[in-house]
Amino acid sequence: MGNNYIERNDNPIKPVDNADKFLGEHLSTSLRLDDEQRVKVLSPGMLVFKRFVRNKLAIAGFFIIVFMFLFSFVGGLLSPYNETQVFTHVGMMQKEYASVTHNNQFRYTVAEGKQYNDSVHAQFILAKNRGDSFFTFNDTEYFIVQEAEDFYRIMQVMPVAEITNFKGIFAVHPKDGFAVSEDLKAAILAAIDSGESKFEFEGDLYTVKSQNRGYVLGKAENAALESMLIIDPAEKDFDIGFDFKYAAEKAIRSTDSGTFSVHGENFKIDEYNEMSVVYLLKPSGEKVPYAIVSELAVQPSSPEIFLTIDFKAAIQKAVLNGETSFVFEDESGSKEYTITKLNNVYTIKTESPTHLISMYEPPSEKHWLGTDGHGMDVLTRLMYGGRVSLLIGFIVVFLETLIGIILGGIAGYFGKWVDMLIMRIVDVFNCIPFLPLVMIVGAVMDAQDVEPQVRIYYLMLILGIMSWPGIARMVRGQILSLREQEFMIATEAVGLRTSKRIFKHLVPNVIPQIIVLATLGLGNIILYESTLSYFGLGVKFPYASWGNIISAVSTAYEMTNYWFVWVPAGLLILLTVLGFNFVGDGLRDAFDPKMKR
Amino acid sequence: MGKYIVKRLLLCLLLLFFTSLIIYTIMRCLPSSYVENMARELATRPGAKSYSEWLAQLNAKYGLDVGILKGYLFWLKNAIRGDFGDSWQFTVPVTKKFSEVIWDSFALGAISFILEILIAIPLGILAARKQYSRIDYAVTVFALLGISLPTFFFATVLKLIFSVKLGWFDLYGKVGRYHEQLDAFGKFLDIASHYVLPVVTLTIVNIGSLMRYTRTNMLEVLNSDYIRTARAKGLPESKVINKHAFRNTLIPLVTILGGSLPGLFAGAMVTETLFQIPGIGYTSYLAIRSGDIPFTMFYMTFMALLTLLGALISDILYAVVDPRVRIS
Repeated sequence: MGNNYIERNDNPIKPVDNADKFLGEHLSTSLRLDDEQRVKVLSPGMLVFKRFVRNKLAIAGFFIIVFMFLFSFVGGLLSPYNETQVFTHVGMMQKEYASVTHNNQFRYTVAEGKQYNDSVHAQFILAKNRGDSFFTFNDTEYFIVQEAEDFYRIMQVMPVAEITNFKGIFAVHPKDGFAVSEDLKAAILAAIDSGESKFEFEGDLYTVKSQNRGYVLGKAENAALESMLIIDPAEKDFDIGFDFKYAAEKAIRSTDSGTFSVHGENFKIDEYNEMSVVYLLKPSGEKVPYAIVSELAVQPSSPEIFLTIDFKAAIQKAVLNGETSFVFEDESGSKEYTITKLNNVYTIKTESPTHLISMYEPPSEKHWLGTDGHGMDVLTRLMYGGRVSLLIGFIVVFLETLIGIILGGIAGYFGKWVDMLIMRIVDVFNCIPFLPLVMIVGAVMDAQDVEPQVRIYYLMLILGIMSWPGIARMVRGQILSLREQEFMIATEAVGLRTSKRIFKHLVPNVIPQIIVLATLGLGNIILYESTLSYFGLGVKFPYASWGNIISAVSTAYEMTNYWFVWVPAGLLILLTVLGFNFVGDGLRDAFDPKMKR
Repeated sequence: MGKYIVKRLLLCLLLLFFTSLIIYTIMRCLPSSYVENMARELATRPGAKSYSEWLAQLNAKYGLDVGILKGYLFWLKNAIRGDFGDSWQFTVPVTKKFSEVIWDSFALGAISFILEILIAIPLGILAARKQYSRIDYAVTVFALLGISLPTFFFATVLKLIFSVKLGWFDLYGKVGRYHEQLDAFGKFLDIASHYVLPVVTLTIVNIGSLMRYTRTNMLEVLNSDYIRTARAKGLPESKVINKHAFRNTLIPLVTILGGSLPGLFAGAMVTETLFQIPGIGYTSYLAIRSGDIPFTMFYMTFMALLTLLGALISDILYAVVDPRVRIS
């Protein structure tokens, strides 16, 4: 860069000497103050401006920067969306609707008020396989009554009375709610006499078990049904209990007309769409489908779904015929259902509307640059990312310039050991590798879980602290030569304060170079910030930055298919930095008279 | 001259001392998560000592249980003897790992350095000769584009075009999948092809500043009086440029190029990381990310040394090349 500054405090006409040809036409050699041509003389600032304006690249850079500012700050306000707004759309998704299995195991129905659970069920299976008609579980005795093939009724022995034997005199003490008739008492005594453990009386099964010195009378009661058939209610609120199932199963297996009655209501079993259906016969003669009898267990995928009788019929038909899909029509229209089979389980799937995150949507009218992997609007995020980049750039440059001017000014003005000390500090800072250090600090912030918002401020601080030495060195060099000039002797003669002499009379003379350095530095800071964000050490999600927008796309697949996410971000970085470089370059040329044509 | 160099070297040592002290302080302020992780892992092994015992032992081993200044002096004492400790991340001595990876970085740096010189200097001179012409604008825009390009974006674009779309090069790495099955020449070609994209990236990104520097210096020279004299003498333009102007442009160029020689060993952290070339840059990126204090300390000190050496070489060359400069 050299020593190419304008000495403003020299003869004010001096810069004009360097001006261009057309300016020269208006120049007068006369120095008379009332010479009217003096009016045409341009001020140094105006001269710089003229030179700057003539540089096409610089003007282009200026417009790029203005555009970037409008895009980031005004664009963010105009954008109808928010930085972190996630877009969803209602899409059709193949979702599980129901599952169907061929039932090949016993399922139980528990009678009201009885305890019968999976453990007892398991004992039943064991006893049945052994061919026993009797098993115990947890001190409770169970009888297995086979009603038909694959249809069992389980009876549970409930203690109903105690029998005491006092010197050969038997007394029966019935429990609450149980009456012992004289005939029953005789039967009990007969059983005890003959040493039998169970006997039948008036169609009921009783057991006698010795306990302590007396006996316990137990009465077998219906506890559960075990069957392979599945009986589901045809409507959601239809009640299907033990009694109904018992009657229905018996009716199904009998060769009779298939009518039965439970709780005073009459039912009839009939065929419907190749399915066995239990109809409720109303007194008016109307037939209402009440329950479906099937060997297939059809289960809806969620409790909200209720499968109608017609739908179940359709499924059954499709499954039994080995079809892979079927169409079913209900009030909401006809829909296609697909059937997939896996390990004897048929899964019925159908397209159903779901809220989906609009990931990687291609550019459209709604999202001009599409959406990214999080379903956020890329254009909006680019605008907010621009804010972060520009803001960081400006604050960092302001910070580094401030530190640079103060330290460089002090070093240059005082010289000697002050200069020595400050310049050695500058050297030390110069030695510390910049990018690794910022990376370390980024890793520290990662480890400490610093808030994404706060990270941005730390980032500015670190970038500012690390990048001031360049400016300090430049300011010091300029001031070293400036302070030897006459106007400084004048300030001394006037008796100005030291701080005023440095910052009011020396530093303003360095401003052109500072502006150039700061403009070029801005571009660099934006590059650093985006590089750090790209490596995940700078600005973090959910806050947007041009760097982290690009880093969101890492695989080759995303790179090729979702170029609209990362290419605009990269181009924006490139354009912004280029704009600042053009302007900085143009300013340098404009400030530097040697670079003229 | 000799006295000056000795003085500068002593100053370098002083600066290196303070620089490494600052770096060490920053490293020590890191939450020593690596040691803690290591201790936690060791403590879970069957029959192992408890976590706190391991932590104390590891801290003592790495000199982390004493104050920062004492720890630094401990590190410095070993470093002067050439012992930079064992890398935590790579579990080998730091210097061994360094000598393994430095040559990849050097190769990358050297190739792109030569390419830069070959492209930037002629273009810069051309631009200066035809100032404000179309060529000048083109070169300026090209140079500024290179300066303004974010490395990671340019590398991604290159990967997209040449690796994904055209399939000419691999996306990552130094060697291909079938490297071991190739003969010597094939291995060389394999590595060379993996170097192409990183070298292109480095060259394009770094070329701008050299080009601008050449142009500015050439302009300065072309505006000087002896060039006017040469032209006034009636010398042909080619002779003016090649003999009088170019030689004088070389003075600042040689100093700046000489000053960047030590930088050939610095490695390009971003480019190497993006292409996963196992050079010093990528290696230290891994070390930094995992909190490997010994390796990071070594790397940072090494970088500081290179910077100081670069400045020193540049200053000495300035005096050597330009007889007008007298160093006192």
